[in-house]
Amino acid sequence: MQYETVIGLETHVELSTKSKIFCGCSTAFGGEPNTQCCPICTGMPGVLPVLNEKVVEYTVKAGMALNCEISRYNRFDRKNYFYPDLPKAYQISQLYLPICQDGSLEIGGGKSIGIREIHMEEDAGKLVHDAFSDASLADYNRCGVPLIEIVTQPDFRSGEEVIEYLTRLKSILEYLGVSDCKMQEGSMRADVNLSVRPVGQEAYGVRTEMKNMNSFKAIARAIEYEAKRQIELLESGKQVVQETRRWDENKDASFAMRSKENAQDYRYFPEPDIPPLELSEAYLADIRESLPELPAAKKARYRSEYGLPEYDTDIITGTAALARLFEGTVALCGKPKEVSNWIMGDLLRLVKNADMDASDVELEPQKLADVIGLLADGKVNRSAAREAFEAAFQTGADPKRYVEENGLLIVTDTGALETAVEEVLAENQKIVQDYLGGKEKAFGALVGNCMKKLRGKADPAAVNRLLHEKLGK
Amino acid sequence: MDILEYSALDLGQRIRAGEISPVEAARAAVDAAKRDEHNAYISVDEAGALRQAEAVQEALGRGEELSPLAGVPIAVKDNIAMENRRLTCGSRMLENFVSPYDATVVEKLRAAGVVVIGKTNLDEFAMGSTNETSYFGPVKNPWDKKRVPGGSSGGSAAAVAARSAFAALGSDTGGSIRQPCAFCGTTGLKPTYGAVSRYGLVAHASSLDQIGPIARNARDAGALFGVIAGKDSRDGTSMGVDFSVPVDGNIRGKRIGIPVSYFDKGLEPHVKEAVLNAAETFRELGATLVDLDMRTVDYAIPAYYIVSAAEASSNLSRFDGVKYGYRAREYQDLYDLYVSSRTEGFGAEVKRRIMLGSFVLSSGYYDAYYKRAMQVRAVIKREFDDALQKCDMILSPTSPITAPLMNQKQEDPLKIRMMDIYTVSINLCGLPGLALPCGFDDLNLPIGMQLIGPAFSDRMLLGVGESYQAVTDFHTRFPREEA
Repeated sequence: MQYETVIGLETHVELSTKSKIFCGCSTAFGGEPNTQCCPICTGMPGVLPVLNEKVVEYTVKAGMALNCEISRYNRFDRKNYFYPDLPKAYQISQLYLPICQDGSLEIGGGKSIGIREIHMEEDAGKLVHDAFSDASLADYNRCGVPLIEIVTQPDFRSGEEVIEYLTRLKSILEYLGVSDCKMQEGSMRADVNLSVRPVGQEAYGVRTEMKNMNSFKAIARAIEYEAKRQIELLESGKQVVQETRRWDENKDASFAMRSKENAQDYRYFPEPDIPPLELSEAYLADIRESLPELPAAKKARYRSEYGLPEYDTDIITGTAALARLFEGTVALCGKPKEVSNWIMGDLLRLVKNADMDASDVELEPQKLADVIGLLADGKVNRSAAREAFEAAFQTGADPKRYVEENGLLIVTDTGALETAVEEVLAENQKIVQDYLGGKEKAFGALVGNCMKKLRGKADPAAVNRLLHEKLGK
Repeated sequence: MDILEYSALDLGQRIRAGEISPVEAARAAVDAAKRDEHNAYISVDEAGALRQAEAVQEALGRGEELSPLAGVPIAVKDNIAMENRRLTCGSRMLENFVSPYDATVVEKLRAAGVVVIGKTNLDEFAMGSTNETSYFGPVKNPWDKKRVPGGSSGGSAAAVAARSAFAALGSDTGGSIRQPCAFCGTTGLKPTYGAVSRYGLVAHASSLDQIGPIARNARDAGALFGVIAGKDSRDGTSMGVDFSVPVDGNIRGKRIGIPVSYFDKGLEPHVKEAVLNAAETFRELGATLVDLDMRTVDYAIPAYYIVSAAEASSNLSRFDGVKYGYRAREYQDLYDLYVSSRTEGFGAEVKRRIMLGSFVLSSGYYDAYYKRAMQVRAVIKREFDDALQKCDMILSPTSPITAPLMNQKQEDPLKIRMMDIYTVSINLCGLPGLALPCGFDDLNLPIGMQLIGPAFSDRMLLGVGESYQAVTDFHTRFPREEA
């Protein structure tokens, strides 16, 4: 039988606000354990949460960019459960009235994925098992880091669609500047709800939820694995059990965590410590006004305004950092095609060699503009320009100073050029004779020798001109 | 006159005049607290109190301008956080817990130079109406040590009535300031929800809790309320209302609503008589009495218990034996650590409410109980809003009875809960309620009445209470040691 895979996604994204959602502690990643928490983070008796309004602003931005309806009246709810990484024994989240609803995201090929809702919530802490003392240690630094959970409709039919969606989602959130979306640091993580059904069947199959994938690659693998596992179960006459499964990257397989029968009752109820939050039309209009140009619009504009090829626009607009570099550089020096070529060629090669994410490119537009300017003004040749660009990328060097300090500037001093030409003529009497004797090709060899003497840093046209002069031809 | 018999504001005035030194006052209060025979205190902080008193003394010496309550010794209910001080909540769970921070109200007390002599006993996690659920033993009513002082702020009311503290802070979720005031003959305000920051108050039911003053008279209560009220950036539910604006506290011209059905049944004759006498006093002083037809009172108790237990079940989840507080000696695994720590650390009443609260929030019952109770809450609120359109304030008994004997009603939790019938609606509505003495029964036990006003009319209620106390002397009587 032919099966169809049906997938819905729950993506948790950490917002990049400076402080936590309910207190003033820092959200910075990687601090020493329990150095970024206060009595509120650690759930001391008597403390209260106070909502960080930046969190609302960032979430509304994300909702607008994903074409959601924004709720004018908002409330938080408590999700109650016991776990040592959750000091209050409840997570403040939104169940009854999520702030954003009914959105969508285009994933290409005319397909759009429905966004059921986006809600705000707080992150929990982290438990570390210390094998030496055989004890679990709690780090509450992450407690209260703001998260949004973006829940899609079950609209995906393949792992490729899921990856395309996540790629675009990441790009949009980076554009908005609301999240770093770093899967390795856990600032973006997706849970996959997956079921299979015979092609043509309307009703959904029994679904499982998979957690703990920490890269796009792992998600793709997990989807492939789970669809196959479910199909095999059905084919052998067995049933899929509704359960939560944990992806094990090392074993390249998923394992059951808990079944529906053991599902927890979270006893949700409205959070009484945070008053309802009403968003005015003026507030929403201000945020809408502040939204940056998003990837899809940018892509269309790059094609029409700069005439860039589709592939290049895809790559550059797909990563906010690249688009920022591109636009910043064009604003300084024009030449959009040349700028695009540098990004698509040298820059991405360097990024790949450094094994880094294009999102992390921090090169200033001024530096790329300087490289392009040096080349355009004939002050350096292309290989010198590439060397200067690499130095700017690797060490943040200033390209203009770099070419000067490393003697890469083209020799424009006519005295030095003349000396070199005269020396070459004196040292290569045979070739000169050949040329004067009618062997036109010999001229090229003279030029080559001149360039060699000048270590490549000369304008070949000037050398040509000078040689012709000296040879009286 | 014994220092301890001054009112808080009189003491403050004498301190500023240099007639009584803050250290002398603190010494007297601390000694009285240490001698206290009512189990009103869980901890007395002699060194801390004297240190604070000395600081006030020095400020006085430097000629600094002092607030009206500077140097006045008060007590604080032991569910309010003070940095580096035990915060027990009357529970084994927090028997040895030391708070790492100050509640906002405590910061405000410090800034005003108010001296805190100790932390007062309470029903465990403020759950109870008799103060018998405290892990640290019951509080005795200073008017009759065989009787309960009311709860849950029983220690605070007893300390004020017994004249060891000049005033105290309590907290009120369903009557926990007002009902002990009725039983102990003290004056207490349950402020409008949002008038006083809850930051640092260990939550019982977050949408109902308010910290408020318990004092020897309305004027003192007003002064202490003035110190603690105000918007706090650490409590999103606190409101910025300026309570220093003068209000009309005259009784003349006020319309006082009498909810007729409140006096129908279920209350002791002495209580009914005393409260109706007070109504007559108001009338004689120029108020108009307005009969009110209020019918939701019977629904208030069930709605209150569902809402408060639901919130409490969640608020008390953090006491899980993992981070602080009581942890069972022996446990098999994480689950067992939770279950054993909570089973051993909490008392019966707390566990009863956690179970009730967990039940009403559980999947499949939420709509039938919690959601329904919130709808009832809205109906009750509407009734009070309507009633307060017809009058300036409502007069009712605080409790249907005077202080009962100890160990009497523990076997019947429902009956105990009926003691709160007149108070819980006010919390459900977020309104202010002022409790003050209005008589004594034939056993010489105090009888209390309650004035209920619109939201943020706290100052008006206190003013009217002060006017009433200017012509009555119930508030001036106190239980003498020899009696």
